[in-house]
Amino acid sequence: MSEGAGAAAPGPERSGGKAPPEAPRERATHRAGSEPTFLQRFLRNIWSANTVTVTVLAIVLAMVIGAILIIVSDPEVLAAFGYFFAAPGSALRESWAVVSDAYANLLKGAIVDPAAVQGAINGTNSWELVFQSISETLTYAAPLIFTGLAVALAFRGGLFNIGAQGQAILGAIGAGVLGFALNLPLLLHMIVALIGAVFAGALWGFVPGYLKARTGAHEVITTIMLNYVALLFLSWLIIQEGIQDPGRSDAISKPVDSDSYLIDLPGPSLRANLGMVFGVLACAGVAWLLGRSTFGFELRAVGSNPDAARTAGMSVTRTYVLTMVVSGALAGLGGAALVLGTAHNLTVLVVGQIGFNGILVALLGRAKPWGVLLAALLFGALQAGGNRMQSYSGISVELVTVLQALIVLFIAAPAFVKTIFQLRAARAARLETSLAKGW
Amino acid sequence: MANDKIDLTVEPGEIHALLGENGAGKSTLMNVLYGLLQPDDGEIVVDGTVMSFKSPRDAIAAGIGMVHQHFMLVPVFTVAENVMLGHEQTSGGPVGFLDRRRARRELIEVSRRYGLDVDPDAIVEDLPVGVQQRVEIVKALTRQVDLLILDEPTAALTPQEIDELLAVMRTLEESGKSIVFITHKLKEVKAIADRITVIRRGRTVETTTPDASEEQLAALMVGRSVILKVDKDRARPGDTVLEVTGLTVYDERGHRAVDGVDFEVRAGEVLGVAGVQGNGQTELVEAIMGLRPPRTGTVRVAGRDVTGARTKDILHSGVGYIPEDRSVDGLVRDFTVAENLVLDVYDRPPYGSGLRLNPDAITAGATETIQRFDVRTRSAEAPVSTLSGGNQQKVIVAREMSRPLKLLVAAQPTRGVDVGSIEFIHAQVIAERDSGAGVLLVSSELDEVMSVADRVAVMYRGKILAIVSPDTPREDIGLLMAGVSPDE
Amino acid sequence: MSTATIEELEATEQRALLTKARVTGAILILAGAFSAIAFGALATGQDARFTLSEDAAGAALTVHGTTGAIVFGVIAAGAGAALILGVAKRWYLWLLGIGVVAILLSFLCWQISSAPPGLNYMPLIDIARGTFNAALPLIFGALGGVLCERSGVINVAIEGQLLMGAFAGALVGTLAASAWAGLAAAAVGGLLISLLLAFFAIRYLVDQVVLGIVLNLFAVGLTGFLYERLMQTNQAQYNQPVGFPVWRIPVLADIPVIGPVLFEASIFLYLALAAVVIIHIGLFRTRWGLRTRAVGEHPTAADTVGVRVRGTRYRNVLLGGVVAGVGGAFYTLALVSQFTKNMIGGKGFIALAAMIFGRWSPTGALFAALFFGFADKLATYLGAISSPIPSQFLNMLPYLATILAVAGLVGRVRAPAADGKPYVKG
Repeated sequence: MSEGAGAAAPGPERSGGKAPPEAPRERATHRAGSEPTFLQRFLRNIWSANTVTVTVLAIVLAMVIGAILIIVSDPEVLAAFGYFFAAPGSALRESWAVVSDAYANLLKGAIVDPAAVQGAINGTNSWELVFQSISETLTYAAPLIFTGLAVALAFRGGLFNIGAQGQAILGAIGAGVLGFALNLPLLLHMIVALIGAVFAGALWGFVPGYLKARTGAHEVITTIMLNYVALLFLSWLIIQEGIQDPGRSDAISKPVDSDSYLIDLPGPSLRANLGMVFGVLACAGVAWLLGRSTFGFELRAVGSNPDAARTAGMSVTRTYVLTMVVSGALAGLGGAALVLGTAHNLTVLVVGQIGFNGILVALLGRAKPWGVLLAALLFGALQAGGNRMQSYSGISVELVTVLQALIVLFIAAPAFVKTIFQLRAARAARLETSLAKGW
Repeated sequence: MANDKIDLTVEPGEIHALLGENGAGKSTLMNVLYGLLQPDDGEIVVDGTVMSFKSPRDAIAAGIGMVHQHFMLVPVFTVAENVMLGHEQTSGGPVGFLDRRRARRELIEVSRRYGLDVDPDAIVEDLPVGVQQRVEIVKALTRQVDLLILDEPTAALTPQEIDELLAVMRTLEESGKSIVFITHKLKEVKAIADRITVIRRGRTVETTTPDASEEQLAALMVGRSVILKVDKDRARPGDTVLEVTGLTVYDERGHRAVDGVDFEVRAGEVLGVAGVQGNGQTELVEAIMGLRPPRTGTVRVAGRDVTGARTKDILHSGVGYIPEDRSVDGLVRDFTVAENLVLDVYDRPPYGSGLRLNPDAITAGATETIQRFDVRTRSAEAPVSTLSGGNQQKVIVAREMSRPLKLLVAAQPTRGVDVGSIEFIHAQVIAERDSGAGVLLVSSELDEVMSVADRVAVMYRGKILAIVSPDTPREDIGLLMAGVSPDE
Repeated sequence: MSTATIEELEATEQRALLTKARVTGAILILAGAFSAIAFGALATGQDARFTLSEDAAGAALTVHGTTGAIVFGVIAAGAGAALILGVAKRWYLWLLGIGVVAILLSFLCWQISSAPPGLNYMPLIDIARGTFNAALPLIFGALGGVLCERSGVINVAIEGQLLMGAFAGALVGTLAASAWAGLAAAAVGGLLISLLLAFFAIRYLVDQVVLGIVLNLFAVGLTGFLYERLMQTNQAQYNQPVGFPVWRIPVLADIPVIGPVLFEASIFLYLALAAVVIIHIGLFRTRWGLRTRAVGEHPTAADTVGVRVRGTRYRNVLLGGVVAGVGGAFYTLALVSQFTKNMIGGKGFIALAAMIFGRWSPTGALFAALFFGFADKLATYLGAISSPIPSQFLNMLPYLATILAVAGLVGRVRAPAADGKPYVKG
């Protein structure tokens, strides 16, 4: 939404017969403000102040609903509510105990467990334990950075890439197959496998892009369908001879060569790996692409106003295709990050939900590269914390999915958050998704 | 202000024409009458009762029907379905089974009574425009309207269809209905109207009868207002920079929008194309710029055949283009001013080469251009949406004129622009002309064409009726614009 | 000139159709020839038997493997030739259908005749029943989608609606020890997702595709969470719903082949078929349907004649949720008698595909669902006779078919014109 400031045209206004007359813009013109400081501009570039408020409140609201779910599904707490009128304090106390325990573990699992720090200082446990939570967060975040970037890039280009899931699967296949089929030295093997993932993902992005350019087929439909085609292909592939692990009878591929692994942190329980580093690099790369490359210029122009882009001579269809190709490549890298980083072989579920979660991450990150990074970290934190919450508090990790969905739902409807929290009418941050409406 | 204390009285059983140019305020008035807009002041009196219309439903209830310029018909429905939507005849109680037979009967009865031949089972989107319009009229008539408003009804009709429509209007009038019909076409007005109210610049100029001559009506419509005098020397035309031969272009609906047009523009002159919006000017310009393939004909720029060439190539061969709708295809709303200034040259040095973009060069170039063209903006990095309409247009003008041009194609270059910016843009166009470029200026603002152009071509229904000197009396040009051929 | 224009349009249309027919015809000839040759060569001398009973014995349509493969291939080629020779619009679909079926039969002749000895039969009743079972949830889901989208709201959340319906059906079916209560709860479950969809899409103008994706994930998370909290630990109390029995209609069930399939089934089959009929009649013959479709095609036009756009959309979206929710209950109240996490497993997206492939019409959705269900069943069957064709590729068929449809290769599919566009007045 524009910061609509413009002079209402004084004097005889010309208005054509075809286009509606200029809607009188609000108030007067140019804000004569002081130049923003570096810090202000920095903050603004990542997140405008208003967006932060809505995001934080969205998270809070989601957690509240999560808390209600926890309470409602805990038999003991429910029992306490049974005699609510006799002893109301007891019910509330129990609720609070259960919820705070759950969320405390969420935090501990995501960031750090103070007990572990204490123990490390005392010498009762290793320092490794202290870093385990962060390591888990980073491990889960890394693939999401890639898929998030993939979807975000497509958004900026005016495309809705729901196929990140399928593209990630293809990328995983590419990396996995090259991972166990080849025999190359350390690092080189990893790079080759990653390149394979890039091509495989790019291919899976090319198809819907080409179809849209040539036939106008809406990319939402084609990418959703291709997701499942990819999944079925994967499930077929991993039981084929030459792919399937000869020592196993279940649907699992050969393990990838250790030379192709994404190197991880020392210490057996620290899984964070190079994937995170590559993720940050990819972030920088996408930021560069969007802001400092001719292709990025075209992509953004087409995404914002394809008619103006076309009038200025750009090829809209070509841009669509290229955008989907790059997007697919990025998502493919996400799949590769999983295979080479943690899974180390191919199974039907190897890619998990990173494609769909990538969509959420892109939305949460407002389709901006560094926003995506932060959003991926948040999601990674929720996942890591959720695991601990499940182990220690017995709350199903599915709650994390609920929280993630709710957070994004509220982000997508900031007016709703505004109403709930009675925020002052600031410019409600509208989601930067100028998506093609409808099929 | 779109309507400024307008008075209009319509008697029962009369055809009242509302005559005026584009932007005169006719459609606004009618939208108020139909409940689509709320007036700020004044009152509407129907049959002696003061009324206020909050929505079209109220207007319909008061007996007012409207046929918009852009039809309100569901394309995939049949004629009968469109007509009955909203007041369906049903049977079967609460379930509401559609009684198609009864609807069809009523439809046929109404259409027969007023001479409007429509096939109830035809699918609307397959029908030609003239028939679709008949459906809209039938739709209104089945709701017992007493006053029917027709907004530019003949805009997209063929001559035969126009005659048929006029016949229908007479039948309606004879049965006691009143019609207000909005138009800019003098011949029709004189052929059918009982009274004519002329509106100009939001005000009622005069209410008269068809006894007035076409010249008088044109004068009222177009006025002897102050022409913005542009300071300019005589043109010094050189070689031909644009040559259009036999150009025929079809629009999306399959109608011939440009019908065998020939003209040329020379270096150092401005050829203005005058005419009311909707007579093919848009398609003509799009064809020249490679945005719409012509059916037949050729376009030559500086001797090179560019018919059907890619827009990028045409732009880069020295053609500047100011599109008629800046928000739709002139500017990228989310881009900064600087980025918009390089929208068609971003991939050329120094702004970019290969994959690399040079944002610093873009900003530097933009800062300089902004100053040169006096674009009022906070900075080059401000989003272009923060600029006023006039300054946005200046951005586009600046963009095109910052590179060496052989030909400048400017469509409606000062639409929605404040007076100060209008003067500036006109001065820039003349400067471009004087530096040796040829200018094709397409505008529905007659004042603009007459003051800026060195020769004036008048376009009507896809044809160029005549090319005259800008010293030609306004009334004569007005006649041409309204379709009266010079040999009549 | 106006009449000339219509004729011109018709002529161009005819020409386009002719080219399309010719292209299709050419493809059919090639495919038919390929079938005749390849499948004929691969088929064995064994008979291909299409049995009318549920097992190998009993009456059967027997076709010699090789002969059948060749003959059917030739028939397909023949249909293609007829198309090339130029034929009126009316026969196009019929010939296409004949061609496709013939190729299928040729294929089956090959497959069945190549089955291991003793297994060279295809039990038609089993196949038919399996097709319907696979198709039922798709029918409900697609119908739910149709209701929604015909009024102009995109529904990608069919998967979530089915899942909530399945869960609610299982939960309440156990708690109330009644299948009917479970069914009602399933409707409410689907309704809940619809409520969120309608509210956020219509009121807050959230992008509808985004919304659908988010709601799907929400449903997965919510049902998964509640499953683990309630059902996993205590199946008996929460996850053993009373299911619907199979009803057998006395006389009709004895008709060969279609009897056991259509007249000996759970309530869901009858509900599905009834829903198709009712919604079809509703959409095309009632005032409600006319207004719904108007709102989905051209809401402004509808508004100017007094139709309440937002109200219509709310109503339809909620109704769609109810239908889809009921479809979800099929899983837990008929197919298997318990809920498992994520048990819809993507069928919601096949339902979406069926809606699109069926051109947003109830009967179209029915046939598309049956087609997809058949592909599903065929995949299982071929696996049972140790066919070399991997089932996964057959399972890709619905998705590939939809892609082809959307890319205009199987004729233009057109969504309601205002689908996905929130209506803002003025």
